Amino acid sequence: MSEIVISAKELTKKFGNFTAVDHITFEVSKGEIFGFLGANGAGKTTAMRMLCGLSYPTSGSGTVAGFNISKDQEKIKQNIGYMSQKFSLYEDLKVWENMRLFGGIYGMKEQDIKTKTDQILEHLGFMDEKNTLVRDLPLGWKQRLAFSVSIFHTPKIVFLDEPTGGVDPITRRQFWEMIYEAVHSGITVFVTTHYMDEAEYCDRVSIMVDGKIEALDSPKKLKEQTNSQTMDEVFQKFARKATRNAD
Amino acid sequence: MIKYLLEKEFKQIVRNPFMPRLILFMPVMTLLIMPWAANQEIKNIKLSVVDNDHSSYSERLIQKVIASGYFILEDLSNSNDEALKSIESGKADLILDISPEFEKNLISTGTAEVMISANAVNGTKGGLGSGYLSAIMSDFADDITTERGLNAGTGVTPGIQIVPHNKYNLYLDYKVFMVPALVVMLLTMLTGFLPALNIVGEKEAGTIEQMNVTPVSKFTFILGKLIPYWIIGFVVLSIAFILAALVYGLYPVGNLLTIYFYASIYILVVSGLGLVISNYSDTMQQAMFVMFFFMLILILLSGLFTPVSSMPDWAQWVSRVNPLSYFIQVMRAIYLKGSGIRELLPQLFSLLGFALVFNLWAVWSYRKSS
Repeated sequence: MSEIVISAKELTKKFGNFTAVDHITFEVSKGEIFGFLGANGAGKTTAMRMLCGLSYPTSGSGTVAGFNISKDQEKIKQNIGYMSQKFSLYEDLKVWENMRLFGGIYGMKEQDIKTKTDQILEHLGFMDEKNTLVRDLPLGWKQRLAFSVSIFHTPKIVFLDEPTGGVDPITRRQFWEMIYEAVHSGITVFVTTHYMDEAEYCDRVSIMVDGKIEALDSPKKLKEQTNSQTMDEVFQKFARKATRNAD
Repeated sequence: MIKYLLEKEFKQIVRNPFMPRLILFMPVMTLLIMPWAANQEIKNIKLSVVDNDHSSYSERLIQKVIASGYFILEDLSNSNDEALKSIESGKADLILDISPEFEKNLISTGTAEVMISANAVNGTKGGLGSGYLSAIMSDFADDITTERGLNAGTGVTPGIQIVPHNKYNLYLDYKVFMVPALVVMLLTMLTGFLPALNIVGEKEAGTIEQMNVTPVSKFTFILGKLIPYWIIGFVVLSIAFILAALVYGLYPVGNLLTIYFYASIYILVVSGLGLVISNYSDTMQQAMFVMFFFMLILILLSGLFTPVSSMPDWAQWVSRVNPLSYFIQVMRAIYLKGSGIRELLPQLFSLLGFALVFNLWAVWSYRKSS
């Protein structure tokens, strides 16, 4: 196994009496695509927010890119990219302006930003939309743009929270091609999803049920263990145990 | 890093269909309309006169009252009861009741009685109306004494005459009084509300989370929100000064730069307050109403429209922790009196204190992680 870039140990988050994330423990190695599966309300987003330094753990510990998630949140932020469930680029900025803004915030050089913007837009075939306001783009394009922006500063790890929600199968396919490209360039990908076909693309997946990790292995092994044909079946077997209502 | 954040804010402000218009039209409309309407001078008081004397003196008195320009002779009643009826029906605000022996008493004893009754439902109108009327009466009495004194050559006790000289606003022109106040109000509203709504807007759009997950420091982020509104404040201030000069011929007596200097601190105070409120609000409505609540208190207890010295003690105490009251003092002092920084040092320190407290609070209360 190569270098560990994300580790969580007994990580817990409580909101009052409600335990959103319940003592989860796992590790992610460099260059892995780690899938975080779970029904709505299983605690995926909360867990991810703790790893990104957006939320303090109630108990337990963890490190991301070698930094403590309870103490060195700002250092973690320097080393990760994040794409939230809710589309969160600036709709009233143009495509290149969003890239420039986030590149600038991560301390990239002016010239590097320019070169990289053109390079990425060229690669995505978005060159014609360089000067389009983001709000005028179709959803699928927005999602791919958001992903490009989240890895614009070449972070060590990128966290994707249901990145393909609401987009068509073709765009999802294209999106996963982008994820593979990112992995090839050495970025570790931590992705939450509830599309089970996407789970097949991951190196390893964990299945979260009611705040706990119920299963963690490669899709192939999980299928073997549960005598299932597809990840969908695997998921059904685990997720059926859930007692918590979806949000 | 701050460069990129500022670039973003300005692009967003310019692209917002509403913002540039608001920044331009709000000061223009406020300054063109408000000084004419928000006028505390009372004019056109409707007067009902009961002349029980029907003499030449009583006639002269009535003429004098009407000639003052503050009163409109609504009706001449035959009795006080009749006059009361016109007050009840809302036709008249004030009754001037001249006693039957008015002329006779005036000539024989030098004193005569009139009765003034005011409808005090509108307190200001009633109070000021009877005040004006009393002033006219005593003026009238002076006229008579002088005439008779000259005619008769008798020794009349000279009364003490108070000649008011309204320094810095010679004719007690309310527009002169109101314009600096309105400029302060504009600055407060725009630079207070806009940054607050901006941050809450980012919360609602979810973009703030994308910012929170970057290494941008809290201080830089807040500064990036503050500077644009600081500049907008200057634009608004300049528009207001130009209008005051062009429309009302009102030029600051003191140094314009001193006003800008104080304004630069004051904007930080109000924007800081706005940012603090936005940090504790999750929705636009919440931020709006909380901000409005504070604005109302700040404006009403600042001495902007009513003098602080006539407020009850507790309200005077509140005005001492009200940044607005310091800035309004500064504004009026520089604009109308020509004071300089030396005379306004206490206000400078107070405003600096407020700016520091609110902005540190804003940085502190802004949470990148929950």
